Amino acid sequence: MIGTVYTKTYSSPPIDRKEILRYAGVREDTSEITALLEECLCECDGKLTYNVCYAEFDITRHNGFTDMAFFRTDSKMLSENLAGCASAVLFAATVGIGIDRLIARFGTVSPAKALMLQAIGAERIESLCDAFCKDMAECFDRMGRKLHKRFSPGYGDLPITVQKDIFSVLDCPRRIGLCLNDSMIMSPTKSVTAFMGVSDKNKKSSEV
Amino acid sequence: MKITDYIKDHILYLDGGMGTLLQAQGLMPGQLPERWNMSHPDIICAIHRDYFDAGSNVVNTNTFGANVLKFTEPELDTIIKAAIENARLAAESSRGTQEKWVALDIGPTGHMLAPYGDLDFEDAVEVFAKTVRLGVRYGADLIMIETMNDSYETKAALLAAKENSDLPVFVSNAYGEDGKLMTGASPAAMVAMLEGMGADAIGMNCSLGPKALAEIASEYLKYASVPVILKPNAGLPKSIGGKTVYDVLPGEFAEDVSGLIKKGVRIAGGCCGTTPDYISAVVMASSDIIPPPVEKKNISCVSSYTHAVSFGDSPVLIGERINPTGKKRFKEALIAEDIDYILREGIAQQEKGVHILDVNVGLPDIDEVSMLRRAVCELQAITDLPLQIDTSHKQAMEAALRRYNGKPMINSVNGKKESMDAVFPLAKKYGGVVVALTLDEDGIPECAEGRLAIARRILDEAARYGIDKKDIIFDPLALTVSADKNAANETIRAIGMIKKELGCHTSLGVSNVSFGLPARDAINGTFFALTLGMGLSAAIMNPYSEEMMKVYHAYRALSGIDDNCLEYIAFSQTLPQKSSVSAAPIPAQGAREDSGEKCSELQRAVIKGLKERAAQLTGALLATEKPLDIVQNEIIPALNTVGEGFENKTVYLPQLLMSAEAAKAAFDVIKDNMPSGSAGGKCAFIIATVKGDIHDIGKNIVKLLLENYGFAVTDLGRDVAPEAIAEYAVRLHAPIVGLSALMTTTVPAMEETIKLLRREAPWCKIIVGGAVLNKDYAAAIGADKYAKDAMEAVRYAEQINSAL
Repeated sequence: MIGTVYTKTYSSPPIDRKEILRYAGVREDTSEITALLEECLCECDGKLTYNVCYAEFDITRHNGFTDMAFFRTDSKMLSENLAGCASAVLFAATVGIGIDRLIARFGTVSPAKALMLQAIGAERIESLCDAFCKDMAECFDRMGRKLHKRFSPGYGDLPITVQKDIFSVLDCPRRIGLCLNDSMIMSPTKSVTAFMGVSDKNKKSSEV
Repeated sequence: MKITDYIKDHILYLDGGMGTLLQAQGLMPGQLPERWNMSHPDIICAIHRDYFDAGSNVVNTNTFGANVLKFTEPELDTIIKAAIENARLAAESSRGTQEKWVALDIGPTGHMLAPYGDLDFEDAVEVFAKTVRLGVRYGADLIMIETMNDSYETKAALLAAKENSDLPVFVSNAYGEDGKLMTGASPAAMVAMLEGMGADAIGMNCSLGPKALAEIASEYLKYASVPVILKPNAGLPKSIGGKTVYDVLPGEFAEDVSGLIKKGVRIAGGCCGTTPDYISAVVMASSDIIPPPVEKKNISCVSSYTHAVSFGDSPVLIGERINPTGKKRFKEALIAEDIDYILREGIAQQEKGVHILDVNVGLPDIDEVSMLRRAVCELQAITDLPLQIDTSHKQAMEAALRRYNGKPMINSVNGKKESMDAVFPLAKKYGGVVVALTLDEDGIPECAEGRLAIARRILDEAARYGIDKKDIIFDPLALTVSADKNAANETIRAIGMIKKELGCHTSLGVSNVSFGLPARDAINGTFFALTLGMGLSAAIMNPYSEEMMKVYHAYRALSGIDDNCLEYIAFSQTLPQKSSVSAAPIPAQGAREDSGEKCSELQRAVIKGLKERAAQLTGALLATEKPLDIVQNEIIPALNTVGEGFENKTVYLPQLLMSAEAAKAAFDVIKDNMPSGSAGGKCAFIIATVKGDIHDIGKNIVKLLLENYGFAVTDLGRDVAPEAIAEYAVRLHAPIVGLSALMTTTVPAMEETIKLLRREAPWCKIIVGGAVLNKDYAAAIGADKYAKDAMEAVRYAEQINSAL
């Protein structure tokens, strides 16, 4: 139903080591770096959680505004992203506070590990989003609908302050333990919020 | 009738969901339901009445998000007044004949508490306090703190309720599918903390259906001595044919909930997706159940924000190293407010396998209140071990207990009246397991019987405060055996007597016994073994002592605690192998490599980032070379090689950092071999992440490299106010200050800091860095230098230092 918030808990998505190294700024691997990466992955064992909450909203458009009942925006880029879509899925995902604690812990004793953990956190949250988006895409596909690429507040001309509306409508603190502070920073930090347009598969996609 | 009396022999029924019912009545997504208390009082009152009609004894006011972070104070006042009136009116107009109460409902603030979020603990207490005071003023019968998914925020809410009312307080947490709170606490940890602070009933609500919550409920029933609350969702929402339905229907819900009532759950209701139909089904299904008695559990345990540690099954090791007594470098670190030093001690002891960390920062010249509070906050940010707050300073004790995220150990009380008058009220208010020393105004009795007598008096006095004996652990005191040949015997006897006659646990600072003797480890280890044999529950000890760790692991294997001796075997593999010393000799000289690379073993270890190896080799080199020569001829050239590689993009950041850490390990060995104060040799460098910014990885990287190059770095941490940075710059007359910011929103704070520094410390050069900055931006806010990475910061600092 439109507006109902669902939550989903995942088990750990497959780890993309190449991607982690890319986030850590490493282009060529060495045995020492591999050892560091594996050690850090061990530290993460059992400390990460993979939670998503989401809801679907109808989109109405007037005078250049995109309106989803709980908020409206004149962002051109979001409007282009959602072109041809009658509704959008809004989601928030987080890998939990555990990774923030690990980064803080190793910030004290080993900045090298802290850096690698930072990279692991970045890869983990992206992998969680990928896993969720794939699930949703399959789900909509079965209904003859198409799910479009995700688009987050802070990209282009979609202001970061949209986070306030997102957090309030998805009830993120209660659903997945994700909080927003006054400067629009999320805690836990390894978290993502995004919109994904949903269109009718038979209609020609007007994606830019 | 008082609700706390009623639950002694009745099942107490709560209400069900509110949000889903309000949405059905037209509440739009994103709208604040609390305002409906004024705009739609008839609807709110009708929902409450339906619950009372269905058999609820308690309804929660429609005030889940009613706090000053969401509403102004006048509006909050209006909301709470109206909400209580609505519930009260419903109770009066309901046809139900059961006992009825109105609970002031308090949900989470929606903010994460510091250090991982932006809400300070005391600010959170004040937010909840304002809601509580209004609830009291407008006549709530009890306070229901619910759906809390963070232990720290739960503590803040419970503390606010206790400090601002005499009403009964029920506390209910929301658990995830993994059986933990979102921030990691297990049910046992929550039971320990909440009972310790005096909650009248505790339990769980929301997030899952009754079947999924059954295991968590069983955990609560295992540990809790107060009534347990269960308020599950009607399963999970599903979308069927475009409509939202919850997948557990009233019949199944009632069956599951009454099954758990039979097992001991005393207070039951529903959360998201449940309606009055669910509640009446539960009441019907369970009305014939004679509720099992709520039994007192005799479990002594402490907790952190993730887990509980209990006494009695396996010996508990309490790491003693965070204590300045007799440690020169620790004292220096405390005076310099080098908190990282304390944190490293905590992490190292955890890696050695201790279960609890003792925290003592008492020095005559420091402000112990703020230091102990800070040490506790910073330690609990980076380690999940429970802490033992160790101080004789009452205000410092309270400051630390207040901020502690869990149920701490309190070290210590003794049989002197003055001590008990100071410590017991704090233990009662904040919870904790108190270490009680068996001494009094007349000193330490020589014989075990005398110590037992004091222990009895301490228990009697604790009972007067309502502190149960499970929350007292006796330390019968180890005296020096070289001064009295019977000293050890009496302590060992006292351990046995306290266990047998009082049924209490014991803890001991083991190493006192060997004072004044040579080869102390041998005495300590054997004494430790003897006390364990007598039933000692915990030891305050040095986990770096191999002897003590050997005894601990051997004892566990011998006493049948260690299945298949698996942990003993794992431990044995960490012990140094005698044969390996001769197999891999460490060259005293920096042997050159054959491969044509012109570098020594130590240089190679630093370049490769091998920490232990670098420290080992440095130790060996110290036999033949002067400390500063090793720095100049070995470490600095190696660092330069890596640094140049980084600048030429042949070495990546993680490698640079690994090398820097290896160099730091080498420096630590060198520092230990030099008279204090003579290390480093370069100028002072103050570094901080500016106010409002909590990102510190970049800052830590720069700090590490600067230390490598010999700068006397003072790290003020993250989220540091301009005034604090200026104050340190003046106090140390620092030639350079480094400021870091990652977010665009905190650049103004950086600019403000620079302005203040220009006024207060005009001699000082200011270097800035961070993701949002660039050269032009840095110039615009008045910095002297923008460094794009850590190496550039080092190069600049070297320039300033050589120009001094």
